[in-house]
Amino acid sequence: MKKQRMSGLLLVNGILLLLVLLWSIPTIGLFISSFRNAVDIATSGWWKVFPHREWVMVAESDPKVLGLDPDGVMTVEGVTGTFDQLRTGIESPDGDTRVTWVGNKRLGKIQVQKQVWTVTWNFTLDNYRYVLSTSSFTVTRADGSTVIIPGQGLSQAFLNSLAVAVPSTIIPILIAAFAAYAFAWMNFPGRKVLFIMIIGLLVVPLQIALVPILRDYNSLGLNGTFLAVWLAHTGFGLALATYLLYNYIATLPRETLESAFIDGASPFTVFTRLVLPLSVPALASFAIFQFLWVWNDYLVALVFLGVDPSYKVITQRLADITGTFGSDWHLLTAGAFISMLLPLAVFIGLQRFFVRGLLAGSVKG
Amino acid sequence: MAQLSGAKNVELNPFARFLTWLGRIFLAAIIPLLSFFVLYQGFMFLRDSAAPRWVIITVAIVWGVGGVALLYWVFNRMVEGLPTQWTERLQPFVFVGPAIAIMIWYLTFPVLRTFWLSLFGPNGPPRGASILEAIQSEAFVGLGNYYTLVTERLLQESLRNNLMWIVFGSTLSVVIGLLVAVLADRSKFEKVSKSLIFLPMAISFVGASVIWNFMYEVRPEGAEQIGVLNAIVVAMGGSPHPWDKWTAIAPWNNLFLIVIVIWLQAGYTMVLFSAALKGIPEEIQEAARVDGASEIQVFFRIMVPYIMGTIITVWTTVIIFTLKIFDVVYVMTGGQFGTHVIATQFYRQSFTARNSGVGAAVAIVLLLTVFPVMIYNLRQFRQTEAF
Repeated sequence: MKKQRMSGLLLVNGILLLLVLLWSIPTIGLFISSFRNAVDIATSGWWKVFPHREWVMVAESDPKVLGLDPDGVMTVEGVTGTFDQLRTGIESPDGDTRVTWVGNKRLGKIQVQKQVWTVTWNFTLDNYRYVLSTSSFTVTRADGSTVIIPGQGLSQAFLNSLAVAVPSTIIPILIAAFAAYAFAWMNFPGRKVLFIMIIGLLVVPLQIALVPILRDYNSLGLNGTFLAVWLAHTGFGLALATYLLYNYIATLPRETLESAFIDGASPFTVFTRLVLPLSVPALASFAIFQFLWVWNDYLVALVFLGVDPSYKVITQRLADITGTFGSDWHLLTAGAFISMLLPLAVFIGLQRFFVRGLLAGSVKG
Repeated sequence: MAQLSGAKNVELNPFARFLTWLGRIFLAAIIPLLSFFVLYQGFMFLRDSAAPRWVIITVAIVWGVGGVALLYWVFNRMVEGLPTQWTERLQPFVFVGPAIAIMIWYLTFPVLRTFWLSLFGPNGPPRGASILEAIQSEAFVGLGNYYTLVTERLLQESLRNNLMWIVFGSTLSVVIGLLVAVLADRSKFEKVSKSLIFLPMAISFVGASVIWNFMYEVRPEGAEQIGVLNAIVVAMGGSPHPWDKWTAIAPWNNLFLIVIVIWLQAGYTMVLFSAALKGIPEEIQEAARVDGASEIQVFFRIMVPYIMGTIITVWTTVIIFTLKIFDVVYVMTGGQFGTHVIATQFYRQSFTARNSGVGAAVAIVLLLTVFPVMIYNLRQFRQTEAF
């Protein structure tokens, strides 16, 4: 019985470990790569930072001096093979050394190599300098040629993202909290109809609104401004915000609010002095959600923020780098990590609120 | 629940009634409009100034947030200055009005406007035309765009791909989430393992695309592979492929994009299932085990039926999510290699091909697909008597 339990536990933890590894490897790879220099990233896998065995040259000789004929079968340093076999390398019978023909037939060399444990640890912060800065850099590529690349200016995009995300989080929460309070504790004609509208809007895909709103923005001259994006995120986030905050505010203790009214407090005072402080957990949950949503958003920024590079948010810039420098992994990995920095910090620091929000149904329609 | 404040049912004369409604609509519209105006003016002023970026941003944040809060305060004071009777009639609309007005502008009207656009050709209805004139104009194509939608190859392809996304993406997200939730519940490493599976939820789709592009990176055969997947494949004796861009296996190359979204949202399903599983009374499970039920039986006969409600809700949410998938496809492949989905088609038609008619029709189709969920939500709401 006990043995069975043990093997069951082993199975559970084994599968769990496998899944956790599968889930973590992509991010770990990105993180490690972002600190490797451009040449290393382009020529070897990021797992080479871990100890691994590699063939290292111990002796080199000229095939011409040894009198070898590259077109026939050659015997050298204890191994025998054709040119093609030697090009890929022939291991000696005891497996200790390998003989390899490096280079072409005419000018190549014969190398004797030994396998040794090694790590590739040329860590650097250059990648981060390249993507953060707005000035240009001279970069050596994998093949040895140099190119001048413009700095990617992600520091600016980071600030832009902040400028978009903070108001886009606070404004809808403010407006939604007022509305949720009215729905929960005030009586007015149309209350039920309006709330039904909100529930209906919960799942409406925002794609439906992009073209009409873009036209409105065009006639108002708003396209390409942060204001346009704030208002769009406010508009698209309000239904969910109102619904969630209503669910919370409606469950606040009735006696507390009633006694405040009996003491002569106005609804506005009750709202700011009682309801808002009591609702902090719900407000925080939604705030985290909306913040992550806006920070990670690409579509709304793409449509409303437009093409001026100095106003683009970080997801836009990152997508741009993917398009133009798609194989420059040193730029992409560092850029992606910078874009993830703040959401990951918020997420790890406030995971409790985040989970609570999820359980309350914070998922965008 | 009975309300604490607000209008009581008093008979009003028609004029007072008219005034009341006028006041209510005015209040609902005026706060958003004024906020907009104030924000706009401030914005233009800031944009023209030469202050450093971070100063502008700080001022803009304070201005935007503070301005909106201030407006609520001002209008509330104005309404409270009215005779008590009027205060009671109008005050709720100071609170609820702005939210409603903004939602109507940003979501309710656009549904109708997008439907209207979908009845016209690439350039939309003629400018300044009345409804009747527009219908009689040449731009009016009726349901022609919807016909195009079901006949054009690229659009058919995106519908098929979206189906694949739903079948594989949502199912696997739910299955893996459930698996992790059940396993973690029995493990000593519950917290750590759940956090690590949950972590990708904080990553943007664009960031995730970079991460997985790197996983799928391909180098010519013989060269050293720097992408994890191809390195494994080559080490096992296979040959490297550009997995998500590999048209020879189409439509199955879509699966390599779907994996990304499973990776992102398995954490979400896991958290919800985990909470639901913790709600199952321990006695029921123990009783079953004492009666000789195996773990597999306990899972399928007790756990799954017990949390069926959660499974359905989570599944629906994930389906809605995958229906609207855009960023991943747009950044990874741009819709090439047979990977277009409805949302990327919407973008292509509306903004790249500048065919607003077909674009709008695609958006309407997207809305129709979530319609059943909307109906379900509304029915659920009507069953809760509390409101």
